[in-house]
Amino acid sequence: MAEPSRYHLAQLNIGRWRVPSSDPAHATSVADFMALLDPINALADRSPGFVWRLQTEDGNSISIRPFHDPDILVNLSVWESLEALRDFVYASRHLDVMRRRREWFERLAEAYVVLWWLPAGTIPTVDDAKRKLELLRLAGPSPAAFTLRQPFPVPDADTLAGNDARV
Amino acid sequence: MLGGMDLPDRTRHLTAIGLLLEPVRRALYDYVCASGREVSRNEAAEAAGVQRTLAAFHLDKLVEAGLLEATFRRLGERRGPGAGRPAKLYRRVPAEVAVSVPARDYQAVAHLLAETVERTGADLELYKSARRAGEVAGQEAAATATGPVEVEGVLAARGYEPYRDGAVLRLRNCPFGSVMRAFPSLVCGMNLALVQGLLTGMGTGHTARMEPAASRCCVAVALGGPSKVYED
Repeated sequence: MAEPSRYHLAQLNIGRWRVPSSDPAHATSVADFMALLDPINALADRSPGFVWRLQTEDGNSISIRPFHDPDILVNLSVWESLEALRDFVYASRHLDVMRRRREWFERLAEAYVVLWWLPAGTIPTVDDAKRKLELLRLAGPSPAAFTLRQPFPVPDADTLAGNDARV
Repeated sequence: MLGGMDLPDRTRHLTAIGLLLEPVRRALYDYVCASGREVSRNEAAEAAGVQRTLAAFHLDKLVEAGLLEATFRRLGERRGPGAGRPAKLYRRVPAEVAVSVPARDYQAVAHLLAETVERTGADLELYKSARRAGEVAGQEAAATATGPVEVEGVLAARGYEPYRDGAVLRLRNCPFGSVMRAFPSLVCGMNLALVQGLLTGMGTGHTARMEPAASRCCVAVALGGPSKVYED
């Protein structure tokens, strides 16, 4: 049995409403998504390898607007491993939400998902996450900021000790 | 991987597929695959109606060719001296084996098309196409059937490897392999629409729903009347 990793995996994904929140048709267009929000968040909470997710006292993160755009939402979470994240995203009821994403969210031209390794027990800030997304957009996938499709392994002790200012 | 395979790979794949021509070997291979789990030599031999040593010979040839993999596991509770040898268990390998003549690279074109659909956000259009294609295929299946159309047969012919689980048909195999692994949301969404179209086209009362699990296709077919997408 492998020893617990000293690193966890953080992920940020953002989405922009397809029907703007200022549009009278907005509420109806996102009704199904809203109905799925609590059950899917609860599913994440009890999924193997789940560590933490960003939420307000409403129990979700949809009221947070880090991009100063009323229609851009964020989802920020931490997992014990790539496999744990992948299993939740694609091998659980969450897959059906992914399947329907275009019903609710606009296509974004730039990268909208970013993953990165961080020391176990660290909680990423939204600013950390935004920086990681920017890094991915500028430099493409790298050990410091990558995607599920092009993942990078847990850094070895030397590289992370050098990079990390929190320890 | 663009283009054809290099020579050693092509020979290896040709050899592997050629091995399945032998009827007993084919029966053993099919049995292991259909079980969806690890199978012992003795179990496979009994299912195929052949002697154990012959079964072992064929099964090991399939392992050598890369079609099956073998592990050793103690089947019983006893441990220590006198507990008996661990049993050799066979299972289908996850990797696919394929050869086409002339060379065909459907993977390359599928990946490019999927990547483009994803990048342009055309998911819903893809699902629409898939549903229509499913309906046409389902109607054809119903039209050519000699009796009432058999859902399991139609799904089996399309490579899904259906099996019964109570009032649900589950699908052991995802026919879309590497393209699904690269674009899960898109391909699984496409697949759901395709199967829903098939069921509608066949004129059945069954419904398809998403029930993903790591080891099988993401879609399950609820036999009988319509149900909610998920049963809580």
